[in-house]
Amino acid sequence: MTDAHNPDVTIDSRDASCPGPLMDLIGKVKGLGSGTVVELQTTERNSTTDVPEWLEKAGHDLVEIEERDEYWSIFLEVN
Amino acid sequence: MHRIAIVGGGTGGTVLANRLASELQTEIETDEVEVRLITADPNHVYKPTFLYVPFGKKTVDDAKRPIEELVDRRVTLMTDEVIGVDTDQNRLSFADRTTSLHYDQLVLATGATLEPEAVPGLAEGGHHFYGLAGAERLRDELADFTEGHLVLSVVGVPHMCPAAPVEFTLMVDAWLRERDRREDVEITYTYPINRVHGLESVADWATDLFEKRDIGLETFFNVDEVDPDAEVIETVEGTELEYDLLVAIPSHRGSDLVTDAGLGEDGWVDVDRHTLEATAAKSVYAIGDVADVPASKAGSVVHYEAGVVADRIASRARGETPTATYDGKTVCFLEAGMDEATFIEFEYGEEPYVREPSNPLHWAKLGYNESYWLTASFGPKLAEVSNSDIAFASGLMAILGIVSVVYR
Repeated sequence: MTDAHNPDVTIDSRDASCPGPLMDLIGKVKGLGSGTVVELQTTERNSTTDVPEWLEKAGHDLVEIEERDEYWSIFLEVN
Repeated sequence: MHRIAIVGGGTGGTVLANRLASELQTEIETDEVEVRLITADPNHVYKPTFLYVPFGKKTVDDAKRPIEELVDRRVTLMTDEVIGVDTDQNRLSFADRTTSLHYDQLVLATGATLEPEAVPGLAEGGHHFYGLAGAERLRDELADFTEGHLVLSVVGVPHMCPAAPVEFTLMVDAWLRERDRREDVEITYTYPINRVHGLESVADWATDLFEKRDIGLETFFNVDEVDPDAEVIETVEGTELEYDLLVAIPSHRGSDLVTDAGLGEDGWVDVDRHTLEATAAKSVYAIGDVADVPASKAGSVVHYEAGVVADRIASRARGETPTATYDGKTVCFLEAGMDEATFIEFEYGEEPYVREPSNPLHWAKLGYNESYWLTASFGPKLAEVSNSDIAFASGLMAILGIVSVVYR
């Protein structure tokens, strides 16, 4: 069972402007195996819509989006 | 003596060196300050020229001039390759000499490097217009391209001149129409994210124009591999796209010098976005493409950055507290075809307004590119610039005066 709070990989894209966080994620996901749980940390609000859209297009699963004090954590599972 | 070293002889390094020569004129002439520009290439290359080479409007020679013709005589010009930065000892080491060089303040302006080999098959299967050889090869290929599928694919983000892929696409459409070839050529533009450009206003503007001009779009298109024999692009999203002529903007990387010196990952220098000072070392600045700031990798950005850093360095050299800051100012002309252009300006966090394209703005862009040679060189060297350039710049100022009134 996927545990969103214990990701295998964390990508810190805080303070990167759009589309930086999404590009950081795409660059990293290419090298990850199926089943890997990733946390993308972003301060860019657009990421909360762009990333789920890309995950759907690329065939990966969105697990959860958590709003923190100053950023969002987007959890996903690589297929 | 207070020693200022600038590494890199592109737009940023050259403009900065000349600004410092002017601001610290007195201190340089009394031997209190030295401004040294170190570059591996004795030629200065102005990259915006490359956009016009595939269409036969410019040659690669138009993009090059010996750097010694551009640099103020008060700057110590050194043609050498820097291979190491020791930020603890404030020293630079060189490729072909055993002695190192001490600096009191250092600026890295080493630019970005194309990395087509990062994607399998791209170097063999793709063309680009982001370098001297690539632009010439694309010109020859395009001249003989009469029918088939032309794909403009933005493979790497960030890349130099974010507007250029959109410009090239609109230009090649117009260029083919002028030659009655457009009906036999399908054009597709691809971009890695869910719109055609990082800036939403530019993306909206370009999407509308692409639709009107029958240019196909593929978004969320991240190139994984190119098969040059089958002429197929495969993406990480699982898409396959066949092409007959692939024009691709390759991935870019910064400088190994930066990574080795511990100044930033992936070769980009981590800096404060307003002061442009390195976060990992004191007395080190980065400007232009190599600086990791949320601004475009574009010539205008480094012009503004160079002004800010020149002020900060000059203040420190005089023992004063620097106050100048960079707010992300960017100005871009965008070609919308072969004879019309628009222009945008914005700062950090701002969305630019895209004006209606016009013929005067196209000429303003060409005029700006020519007058660049005056803005890169100034001071005593101005007298050595040809009269025709000065006449051109005067004409440009007249055009810009009209444009600013009409488009205010």
